[in-house]
Amino acid sequence: MTTLTDPPQESFRLSQLIYDTRYRSMTIQIVALIGFLLLLGWLFSNTAQNLADLGKEPSFRFLGEPAGYDINQRLLDYNSQDTHLRAALIGLLNTLVVAFLGCITATILGVSIGVLRLSDNWVVSKLMAIYVETFRNVPVLLWIVFIMAIMIETMPAPRAFKGENPSAHMMLNDSVAVTNRGVYIPEPLFSNSLNDVHLLGASSLRFDVSVDLLAIMLVLGASFWGASWYRKRADKIQEMTGDRPKTWHVRLGLIVIPTAILLYALGFHLGYPELKGFNFKGGTHFRNSLIALWLALSLYTAAFIAEIVRAGILAISHGQTEAAAALGMRPNKIMKLVVLPQALRVIIPPMISNYLNLAKNSSLAIAVGYMDLTGTLMGITLNQTGRELETVLMTMMIYLAISLSISGVMNVYNNRVKLVER
Amino acid sequence: MSDVSFVRTEMLVEKAPPATEVGVIGWMRHNLFTGWLNSTLTVLSVLGIYFVLAALVPWAWSPTWSAASLKECRGILADLGREGHFSGACWGVIRDRWVQLFMGFYPSDYYWRPIAAFLLLGVALSPVLFSDKVPAKLIWFTGLYPFLMPWLLWGGSVWVPLMVLAGFVISYGVYRAISDRMSELLALIVAVLVAFIWWLVLMGPIAGFLANIIPIGMEAVGSRQFGGMMLSLTIGVVAIGFSLPIGIVLALGRQSDLLIVKALCVGFIEFIRGVPLITLLFVASTLLNIFMPPGTNFDIIMRVIIMATLFASAYMAEVIRGGLAALPTGQYEGADSLGLNYWQAQRLIIMPQALKISIPGIVSTFIGLFKDTTLVSVIGLLDPLGLSNGIRANAEWNGVVWELYGFIALMFWVFCFSMSRYSMHLERKLQTGHR
Repeated sequence: MTTLTDPPQESFRLSQLIYDTRYRSMTIQIVALIGFLLLLGWLFSNTAQNLADLGKEPSFRFLGEPAGYDINQRLLDYNSQDTHLRAALIGLLNTLVVAFLGCITATILGVSIGVLRLSDNWVVSKLMAIYVETFRNVPVLLWIVFIMAIMIETMPAPRAFKGENPSAHMMLNDSVAVTNRGVYIPEPLFSNSLNDVHLLGASSLRFDVSVDLLAIMLVLGASFWGASWYRKRADKIQEMTGDRPKTWHVRLGLIVIPTAILLYALGFHLGYPELKGFNFKGGTHFRNSLIALWLALSLYTAAFIAEIVRAGILAISHGQTEAAAALGMRPNKIMKLVVLPQALRVIIPPMISNYLNLAKNSSLAIAVGYMDLTGTLMGITLNQTGRELETVLMTMMIYLAISLSISGVMNVYNNRVKLVER
Repeated sequence: MSDVSFVRTEMLVEKAPPATEVGVIGWMRHNLFTGWLNSTLTVLSVLGIYFVLAALVPWAWSPTWSAASLKECRGILADLGREGHFSGACWGVIRDRWVQLFMGFYPSDYYWRPIAAFLLLGVALSPVLFSDKVPAKLIWFTGLYPFLMPWLLWGGSVWVPLMVLAGFVISYGVYRAISDRMSELLALIVAVLVAFIWWLVLMGPIAGFLANIIPIGMEAVGSRQFGGMMLSLTIGVVAIGFSLPIGIVLALGRQSDLLIVKALCVGFIEFIRGVPLITLLFVASTLLNIFMPPGTNFDIIMRVIIMATLFASAYMAEVIRGGLAALPTGQYEGADSLGLNYWQAQRLIIMPQALKISIPGIVSTFIGLFKDTTLVSVIGLLDPLGLSNGIRANAEWNGVVWELYGFIALMFWVFCFSMSRYSMHLERKLQTGHR
């Protein structure tokens, strides 16, 4: 007869921390954490010591002091008496503007170039290959300064537009002027304007909301909603009866007529730029620096997007296209219903990282003097206040927030597209 | 009726295909003028190419190679009857300054040193890149190269790089001695500690002592004299070289089950990838000295290299993570079933395959970093772009724009294009059939 005895009760030994896989991971993590905290503490104590030696105390009070410098390209009103915080806000908005414009043009350009590179046309596909290889193998900073140089050196000065027999002319029926000081385009004006609403009083974060714009957006939104409701109704009728009522004229009317009436009521007209004295007045002024940055970032990123789009379309097996053709689909339907939904799965993730790169590369604005976040907060504000620790860390945190929110939004979209997957 | 045949009994003579289907005309019909859309595109493209070339070729075709100043260029062109701002390029500036654009202000007597350093870089990389063509023993040279290169570029006493190398040797010896008797983990921790103590405390005095007894060394060259393409290459190569091991560690950390380690790695990677390189360079130029102990003062190129390394290692970690994720799970399970522990599995099975898969990604990270080195001109270093500002401010060449930018763009283009072609070639060569 055998007796079963319990295994001897294990007592915890210190060596188990190293030899026993159950505890070892704990040991590693605690060692890593201690190391990290030591490093952090070391950095903190060094920083504190150095700042004390320099007689500086970390504080963000400088943000409330008057900035004392001007920002020529801006979305909100600003003058040199405003605070550093407002200057940083204007800079942030400038960063967002150029990143947004850049993403849109880079996508349009990139997608068309990527598709054209797959064209059967030998000249076109080779030309696009040359474009892609030229733009992505040269640093983006070089493109920015290069396009800036083109804008300054080759465009006519405003005085070339003057006189009886000017050497330069405005384009598009005297509405757009391209000069070496920037591009002037017509601006929308309202003669029966509903005025602006001033929010947040006189604080650094104050901003105006144009009621006209708000009204237009509301009406447009409602019209689009109506148009989509009308199309859904047509879908329903088609499902029930098999006949699809003609909808495009009603939908077009729904979208165009209310907005047109509203614009007429507001007295919408365009304010054209005009040459007065030595410069153009009126209209919207895009400065050289903005144009150079925008163009360079779009052209550079478009080269990368073109490659992504090309790879995405090539990743769809030829059998898919042939099967769709065998079902009797026309080429544009094949593209829309079969190839694109599958290609998007491949295209979107690298596209996100390219948008992020574009947003981050917009910080190179400092090379051409476009006052974005880097130019204001990490540029002139840093130089004037001498607060390098606060300004640089603040700038980094803002960029980090921008990057994380772009990737967050795009990941949501990516997950929606991904649902197509089996 | 039997002699009536409905079947042709003799072959017809072969006819030549229609002239519109073969030869140049056929090719053009198939490739250029398939429909009205394609024809329009072709005509537009050809017109576009014509206009660009018609503007560029006469400008570039200008016999100003020997001119010593922009005024002289204008004079030569005016003698040819070519007037105006865009009448012709002034290539004299390239002849005058191309050496500077490559070497910066590096003393011209020692030009052989950076040249040798970059040629030897090719030798050091060859066992990795052309493993089928060179002897495998050469990998020893690859190991020694990281200590050779700084010595060649910066010069100074030979003992400093040797003592840094000695740190690795000592640390490895300690690791072997402890891991044979006790646990590997303990050995690793002790070895790292010993190495750091050696480098931070003991190395300096010993190297100084040895340099006093046996002074072998080369003329030291200060970082301030680095410039041009050589500076870009130095920053790029050193940062990528250091970022590779850091990137591997970060990638493994990101994949690990250890919660704290994983959080630290993810935090670091996402932080670095979320901010622009220029902010990191500002940290290098303004903040890094504040973070270091009082009195530390290392020069600006070192600081830039540190930040570029951190930047590159976050991207490298993501590339290697891609390589790790591309490996089939069977490889991990196979390693487990052989009874290999974590590090053995990584060293013998996972890493060789994962790194092989990620070589194209590593090359493209390098291309990206190499292009991004132009950003150092913003914080005042003299890379080609920074030098070009200096040259344009010079009295002789004040007003030169396109020739300089074009030349710099061409330099970068040649480097980046050849590297990207090579990485494509590698991708094809390394394709093992399964993905």
